[in-house]
Amino acid sequence: MAEAITFHYDVDGENFTSAGNASVQVKRKLRQLGFPPEIIKRVSIAMYEGEINMVIHASGGSADVTVTPEEVRIVLTDHGPGIADVALAMREGYSTAPDNIRSLGFGAGMGLPNMKRYTDTMEIDTEVGRGTTITMTVKVA
Amino acid sequence: MTNEYRHSVSLDRDKCKGCTHCLKRCPVEAIRIRDGKAQINANRCIDCGVCIDVCPNKAKKATSDKLEDLKKFKYTVALPAPSLYGQFDNLDDIDYILQGLLDLGFDEIYEVARAAEVVSGMTRLYLNRKDIEKPVISSACPVIVRLISLRYPYLCENILPIQPPIDLAAARARERALEKNPGLRPEDVGVVFISPCPAKVSYIKNGLGGKKSDIDLVLSMSDVYFDLIGVMKKQLTPEPISRTGMIGVSWASTGGEATAIFNDKYLAADGIENVIRVLEQIDNGNFPYLEFIELNACSGGCVGGMMTVENPYIAKARLQTLKRYLPVSENWDFRDDGENSDIPEKYFSDPVKYAPVSALSSNMSEAMEKMARIQEIHKTLPDIDCGFCGSPTCYCFAEDVVKGNADISECVVMMREKKQKAAKEKNHEDS
Ligand SMILES: Nc1ncnc2c1ncn2[C@@H]1O[C@H](COP(=O)(O)OP(=O)(O)OP(=O)(O)O)[C@@H](O)[C@H]1O
Ligand code: SF4
Ligand SMILES: [Mg+2]
Repeated sequence: MAEAITFHYDVDGENFTSAGNASVQVKRKLRQLGFPPEIIKRVSIAMYEGEINMVIHASGGSADVTVTPEEVRIVLTDHGPGIADVALAMREGYSTAPDNIRSLGFGAGMGLPNMKRYTDTMEIDTEVGRGTTITMTVKVA
Repeated sequence: MTNEYRHSVSLDRDKCKGCTHCLKRCPVEAIRIRDGKAQINANRCIDCGVCIDVCPNKAKKATSDKLEDLKKFKYTVALPAPSLYGQFDNLDDIDYILQGLLDLGFDEIYEVARAAEVVSGMTRLYLNRKDIEKPVISSACPVIVRLISLRYPYLCENILPIQPPIDLAAARARERALEKNPGLRPEDVGVVFISPCPAKVSYIKNGLGGKKSDIDLVLSMSDVYFDLIGVMKKQLTPEPISRTGMIGVSWASTGGEATAIFNDKYLAADGIENVIRVLEQIDNGNFPYLEFIELNACSGGCVGGMMTVENPYIAKARLQTLKRYLPVSENWDFRDDGENSDIPEKYFSDPVKYAPVSALSSNMSEAMEKMARIQEIHKTLPDIDCGFCGSPTCYCFAEDVVKGNADISECVVMMREKKQKAAKEKNHEDS
């Protein structure tokens, strides 16, 4: 059986124009590995939302993706402000995005709900002042 | 997986010096330098023409037919792309160009701009449908359609399933020629497209979804331009031939097709790098709601095509002058029965199919092993993307090594470092 392959990306919080790049890279890798389009779509949307959140709400972080033929696991880690009320943040439409970010089309409060919807498991480990780690898996079966 | 797309961009080996200009700029990493010469991977090439543009030695060329080939037909119809209208200085009437084409030996003209207006009309109707994927993506630029079919499985169904203007124009041109000249057989009629780009040449040569294209010859706009200049000088007053409105002419530059949907929920982007960025974002689903997306591979739109002569922005400014006194549209009535408000079936095109070429192997665990090896090799490379190995990036080189298309010793930087290290060690031993 093939061993797991891992990818690591630093998500730059300073450079907004590069936001979303890590998920595009992962999408390319999954395509090269021959994953079905449906899986690739779910992984790339979930990861994209998480990546953008790290840039907008946590001034950057890192993404670690582990791929096996059975599942794709995405771990997003940041040392931002943390999320005070996870249940509230998970609610559709809840957003603290500032106006300048909203004018770019973000801030609909749909990121976290979509991450949940497109993945099979999602865990949020967060603490105010320490940061946030989100672990998501998409199962291939 | 075989993917027999025929291309019109090719290399003149004698002129190629094996530099890295095209290698570095190809947006789909389809070029390698092997044995001192560039090579284009036909499975990946999207005919965008960037390599033609950046080659300092003019070693990349686009093949097309020649004006002499008109002799093969008894009767010829010219199909000028709208971008042709922006190529001429001090021109206030499209008819001078069309008359020029007749003077060059064509028997008749059918403007692609007319068909474009019809397509705009059908697009507006199509956008009203409830059962379609939005945003609808234009199907006019063949580079974009091919790019989507190679990389974006989910966007295939967003592509406008209506024949692009050149196909529509070609079908109408032949129909009309036969109607007017009952003595002619279909094969006597040569339908000749005047193209702004190699991509459209390839599109036509490949036929449409297996069917042979209705276009018999494709001429390069720049070839025709120089012939036209000669005959247009002598003209006094041309016949009133043009039947195009503002919309048709506008299709030549970016935004023309999109604004013709009469709805401000659109996006229009050009330049292949920008286009790829836009596609990635739409593919991620994170995009404000849009009705329509117009994407053109060339900067400025088709006026920026590799086979045009004039600078795209100057051409665009000229089109503005030409458009000024034209009616909004002269062609919108495509319904045969005049009553049915639906788009007739014959104007639909075959759906675009996803046909990826990037998979490392058809077997996933084999693909994963390969990727693990690629990563291993990549770690040992200098990661400076110098291009001396003939691959565009160090990562690509690692892929090429694993695919068996390159040998690790071709990385000169690593080899030099190895040598230096060995020499140092030897010095140590000696002293
Ligand atoms: N990594 C994070 N660090 C700190 N706060 C976060 C982080 N991710 C999300 N949040 C908080 O959770 C809220 C909801 O996130 P969500 O992604 O659902 O919406 P959004 O980012 O505000 O808008 P959208 O994702 O629709 O553009 C955010 O507004 C923010 O307050
Ligand atoms: S933008 Fe127009 S000219 Fe350029 S490749 Fe596409 S169709 Fe051809
Ligand atoms: Mg978000």
